[in-house]
Amino acid sequence: MSKVSTVSDVSDVRGTNGKRLLDVRGLATAFDTSEGIVRAVDGVDFHVGEGETVALVGESGCGKSVTALSILRLVQAPAGRIVAGRIELAGVNLLELPEAEMRKVRGAKIAMIFQEPMTSLNPVLTVGYQIAEAVRLHRGLSKREAWKEAVRVLDLVEIPDAAERAAGYPHQLSGGMRQRVMIAMALSCDPRLLIADEPTTALDVTIQAQILELLDSLRARLGMALLLITHDLGVVAERAERVLVMYAGRVIEEGPVDRVFAEPHHPYTRGLLRSVPRLGRERAPLATIPGVVPKLNALPAGCRFRDRCDAAVAECASVDPALEPLGEGRRVACIVATRRGGLES
Amino acid sequence: MSAGSTNAPMASAGSTNAPMASAGGTNAPMASAAASPLLRAVGLTKTFRVAGRLFGGDRSVHAVTDVNLEFGAGRTIGIVGESGCGKSTLGRLLLRLLLPTAGRVEFDGTDLATLSPRDLRAARRHMQIVFQDPYASLNPRMKIGRIVGEGLEVHGVASGKAAREQVLELMARVGLTADAYDRYPHEFSGGQRQRVGIARALALSPRFIVADEPVSALDVSIGAQILNLLLELQDERGLAYAFISHDLRVVEHVSHQVAVMYLGRIVELAPAREIYTGARHPYTQALLSAVPTVDGKDRRQRVVLGGDVPSPLDPPSGCAFHPRCPIAVARCRVEAPQLVSDGGHRTACHLVGDGNPSAGGDVPPPVRHDPAPA
Amino acid sequence: MLRRLLRNPLAAAGGLIVLALFAAAAGAPWLAPYDPSDFDAAYVLDGPSVRHLLGTDGLGRDVLSRMLFGARVSLMVGFVSVGIASLVGVTLGAVAGYFRGVVDTVLMRFVDVMLTFPTFFLILAVIAYLDASIWNIMLVIGLTSWMGVCRLVRAEVLSLRERDFLVAAEALGMKPSRVILRHALPNAMAPVFVAGILGVAGAILVESALSFLGIGVQPPQPSWGNILTEGKSTLGVAWWLSVCPGLAILITVLGYNLLGEGLRDVLDPRLRAR
Repeated sequence: MSKVSTVSDVSDVRGTNGKRLLDVRGLATAFDTSEGIVRAVDGVDFHVGEGETVALVGESGCGKSVTALSILRLVQAPAGRIVAGRIELAGVNLLELPEAEMRKVRGAKIAMIFQEPMTSLNPVLTVGYQIAEAVRLHRGLSKREAWKEAVRVLDLVEIPDAAERAAGYPHQLSGGMRQRVMIAMALSCDPRLLIADEPTTALDVTIQAQILELLDSLRARLGMALLLITHDLGVVAERAERVLVMYAGRVIEEGPVDRVFAEPHHPYTRGLLRSVPRLGRERAPLATIPGVVPKLNALPAGCRFRDRCDAAVAECASVDPALEPLGEGRRVACIVATRRGGLES
Repeated sequence: MSAGSTNAPMASAGSTNAPMASAGGTNAPMASAAASPLLRAVGLTKTFRVAGRLFGGDRSVHAVTDVNLEFGAGRTIGIVGESGCGKSTLGRLLLRLLLPTAGRVEFDGTDLATLSPRDLRAARRHMQIVFQDPYASLNPRMKIGRIVGEGLEVHGVASGKAAREQVLELMARVGLTADAYDRYPHEFSGGQRQRVGIARALALSPRFIVADEPVSALDVSIGAQILNLLLELQDERGLAYAFISHDLRVVEHVSHQVAVMYLGRIVELAPAREIYTGARHPYTQALLSAVPTVDGKDRRQRVVLGGDVPSPLDPPSGCAFHPRCPIAVARCRVEAPQLVSDGGHRTACHLVGDGNPSAGGDVPPPVRHDPAPA
Repeated sequence: MLRRLLRNPLAAAGGLIVLALFAAAAGAPWLAPYDPSDFDAAYVLDGPSVRHLLGTDGLGRDVLSRMLFGARVSLMVGFVSVGIASLVGVTLGAVAGYFRGVVDTVLMRFVDVMLTFPTFFLILAVIAYLDASIWNIMLVIGLTSWMGVCRLVRAEVLSLRERDFLVAAEALGMKPSRVILRHALPNAMAPVFVAGILGVAGAILVESALSFLGIGVQPPQPSWGNILTEGKSTLGVAWWLSVCPGLAILITVLGYNLLGEGLRDVLDPRLRAR
């Protein structure tokens, strides 16, 4: 089923963008839990073009963070493991690389930043030392050169008095500054792709705006691609070019942000957009999606969203919809939307 | 001693004959709400002592400074601000879960400070709180039915079968099924736990509720359900809310009036609509422009504030916002501005109402057109 | 919870030992082949035999019977003194943690003062002054070993105080006593329970030591400690008089410690699903 959609959409998607940097095909990641084996990510297909910002959005438990960790092969063994799929970075399947080769990819070609910058930094080492260490590891520079490089990247992320700050410790920095340090560390080896997992969720609104602005300008200046993982649809709308909406371990809708947000095809995307409080609206009830996200070990047959869907038809109970192209670089995993889209075009 | 102090209507709140003890929950919103507010905070101030460095002596944090607010029945005041602005401390001060360093809280005209511990406990049934973290706010060793019904038992409102019936009714009202009664909190999702927290707060038919970031820990679609529930309950029961959140989108959505806080002070207080269409304080304007919105079209209007939120341990001189303010002048560095009223819209900024149009012509007020239909 | 405890083989072994001890102590009157104070004049200091499975002592009393009755003393001393210690420790700890401020400071300085006394010598002094009855021993052990529990409970309550459900209880208008008893303590008891089990082992050791020194449980009432004392003077001719109580003490203390450690793992909230 996913094979069919893969073949048919290639021309479609290539038209919207330049070269593909990252290509994920049929990725499935499973975890052993007390209630049996659960597929947190279950057949995810997407790609990220060179220099592109792609947002992976969804609610908690939808598999967006596991997808990110899978790309770096950082899923915690033995409980979790990648059970199917391909992850190609510039044509090389990362899942076939030996661990030693994979270590060279992490940090150097794909870097990642996390939600909580404090726990990602070692409290007893200076900020500069931690960055320099990463630089020496991947680029084999001397101690002195690495330190210079550390100061340079701290300057790059607009930390004032970078040379002084490099000699300081993480606890002397505010949350926003720590996240800048994490970005500096991620950029120190000039990665092609930066994965940012909820990079601003722990930060205040005004600081969040600073960090997002910084990420945007760095991406443009350094020509890297950005995979932005977030639960905040507002962040997606303002920062990403393309969006992937995830639900219960699958990508259920994909397309250019403007188009998807203006005219969502999948009933889940539609519901999600309607349930966001917006500025300047009347004090009135928000539209909601009834029910809760199903447990991954008790998914309904057919479409996973069927129980909560306001557009479901009888067929939804038997057909597990694949991500089908719908024109304009958009894809949707919903038989109702596909049928309607087919009629319109 | 406590029996003698029945001069206040609340002192006898344990029994049901007191004028304010409106058991049953369907009390009509008071007509005189505008004349005498349900709850009034006057000059509310809280200073915490923090142990200093080894030989540095203690330092003090001015968590909340001189807050004046009036909550009316059936109305919501949204309290918004970034971390460390004192909004949660303010919430606890309003309920007298913290003792103010200065100022007072009046509930129905009675200064809560004049109540004996016993009368204060009796008065608590009228003022409740809903918490942010649905995991930390429920006793893990108690069943849902007990959690929701304990207030009834404590205040002798109902017990046994009558209490059980009331609890089940409440649970149904907030969207919990009856089988939840005998289950433990860990068996529920975050959204359902938040419903339990709301049911617990409602059990004693309170008239004032502090909702402290009630949806921040929840997913968008679940948060929307909870927000809707809170709005419905307000309309049904004429509840007054203090709605605390860091998210301006949420606050603006539920509130009649919005108070914007920065480092312990209210910097702007205005009807929700005016905050959105005509924010006057440069901080409010920056906050509005920093909020990521789904209708992310007008990106050019963004004002990105530089710098960090200063530590409340070491607040800047004068106007606390001046180091980050795009329009600050010399006066801002030395003199703290007062909250000045201009037709129901209060702003604490030297440059507002000083002949300065909307706090600086180069910062356009972030007015947005109505978003495209979803 | 029981299943998880049993899955840990060491903890299960500890539990088994403790259970066996309880059975032995409870069933002593029926299990003991002789009255523990009956003399068998023909068999003085007789080694283990079919007639006396663990031999006899210098007065011809059956050692097995005395050991079984001694188990009662050990268990009682262990549990009663830990009970006293827990009562004092939990009460003071909860009060200190809940009210904080001056109350906390005063109580904690008191704990510090108590901890500066070398406990064992304090017990020695008190017992030398008072009557060396088993009740006094339990009281003194209990009143000198509550400080650890007190600190433990204080720390737990102090952190629970920050949890919203305690704030909610207060906001509902509950009295401090109810908030402490219904909401704070039930969530703070797991470590107390573990500390209690470990404390039982300690108390048994202290009692044995006191009895060994001759100021604990007084003969003719049998206790493992005073059997051991007798064994010391006849070590050359009657090894079983030293080995039996010695082994019993060793195994008992080991059993409680294993059980306590196992319980700690099972009760650790970090290992429990939320």
